[in-house]
Amino acid sequence: MSENAILRAGPSRVVAPVPIVSAAAQTQPHRVNIAASHVDVFYAAKQAIVDVSIDIGEHQVTAFIGPSGCGKSTFLRCLNRMNDTIPICRVTGRIAIDGEDIYDPGMDPVQLRARVGMVFQKPNPFPKAIYENVAYGPRIHGMIGNRAEADEIVERSLRAAALWDEVKDRLDEPGTSLSGGQQQRLCIARAIAVSPEVILMDEPCSALDPIATARIEELIDELRQNYTIIIVTHSMQQAARVSQRTAFFHLGVLVEAGDTETIFTNPRDGRTQDYITGRFG
Amino acid sequence: MVQKHTVKAFDDELKQLADIIARMGGLTESQLGEAIEALAQRDNARAEAVVLADARIDVLEHEVDEMGVRLIALRQPMAADLRVIIAALKIAPILERIGDYAKNIAKRSLAISRVAPVRPLFTVPRMGRMAREMIKDVLDAYAAVDVAASRAVWERDHELDEMYDSLFRELLTYMIEDPRNISPCTHLLFVAKNIERIGDLATNIAEIIHFQVEGRTIGENRPKVDEASTTVVSAPAELGG
Repeated sequence: MSENAILRAGPSRVVAPVPIVSAAAQTQPHRVNIAASHVDVFYAAKQAIVDVSIDIGEHQVTAFIGPSGCGKSTFLRCLNRMNDTIPICRVTGRIAIDGEDIYDPGMDPVQLRARVGMVFQKPNPFPKAIYENVAYGPRIHGMIGNRAEADEIVERSLRAAALWDEVKDRLDEPGTSLSGGQQQRLCIARAIAVSPEVILMDEPCSALDPIATARIEELIDELRQNYTIIIVTHSMQQAARVSQRTAFFHLGVLVEAGDTETIFTNPRDGRTQDYITGRFG
Repeated sequence: MVQKHTVKAFDDELKQLADIIARMGGLTESQLGEAIEALAQRDNARAEAVVLADARIDVLEHEVDEMGVRLIALRQPMAADLRVIIAALKIAPILERIGDYAKNIAKRSLAISRVAPVRPLFTVPRMGRMAREMIKDVLDAYAAVDVAASRAVWERDHELDEMYDSLFRELLTYMIEDPRNISPCTHLLFVAKNIERIGDLATNIAEIIHFQVEGRTIGENRPKVDEASTTVVSAPAELGG
């Protein structure tokens, strides 16, 4: 039984004293469904995203592909309002998670980012102990009452990120002492710790070697049992390997979205075909 | 016309692959033509040349295999590129098989030429020339990446099937008439069956071209005329005793 399977088996195996992730949520699929309609993004006067509409299914891996500057990362960052931090950036249209408009004035972006976690291109652990890297988020979100609860969340998150066995005896060492691949899995554990529904990954493997990349890809495949995952990647092979759905962006436009298999064997749009076969001038 | 790849060497390699298929196809077509003429003209030297030349097709099939595997491993082709390579890998063994049939026809023509000619000896070459035309047209369709042309070949196969059916009856009749005809007629029957199979293989190539271009199979069944496999011709009563 894999570590994740143990987790999914429910709280009798892994004691969850506070409803970090409720028992029901662990055994039943999350009802997450991201619906974006007519999204435009502007950086000052320059339009970076043009009228993008896409539905993202729950418990699936969706890959965003496209050449540099195509808007895929910009669009990804709309999904947890990371673009709010850029003053000149303006987002219009509607993005709803579980039917709830995330750009609604009543939506707290900090709470939203706990629901929609993010993993970045370069592993960026806090300059703190491995344990603290994971416990920090749940603590500031008031999810932890005492040390035992913190221990529980740290272990569960590190297990889910397939890192526990490698770090369980060195939890007090700094996160930055880990290898690049371990640091990235630590960042994934940190994202998982606050019980998100969606995990956004912006080129999570581009700084990793092939073995560390394979471990992350394997992890992504396990995580999709419990999370909706959206990954931005420059590697078409990676998109083909890890995702069930693929969306191709070009010049800020969503050119084509569909089953990964179809996109990579018989795309409808000539631009998709040219991009994935390496014909872009 | 499709755009060129950013990596130009990949374009060259795909072209090389298509070139090997073209060479294989040309060779196969000429082998079939030569085998049929050897049979029609009772020309043993020509038949022996066909038997010897078959190895050249096998060598080319090997080249396609190696090149296809190399391209998949090194270029990680996607979509249309992937289908071009898969199509080449599927067409090569079909051409090799047609080459084998041609060789087999040449061998049988050596046997047939040792006995007095029977009349169907003139029908069989006509059938063979028709099959050769199909091979030529389907290879032209492959070279031109022309789905409509490949489909035309696909739809034409029934003519060959009908010819085979009537030839089958004719040969049975000859054998019943005179037991001395059994030996040449049996060989001719195998030759006709080989030619009929070559027509089927031409339609397989047409289907692969369709897949290569459209990304899906033709998705309908070709009308089949195959009465020969269920036909029985009874001997006249005085012989059947």
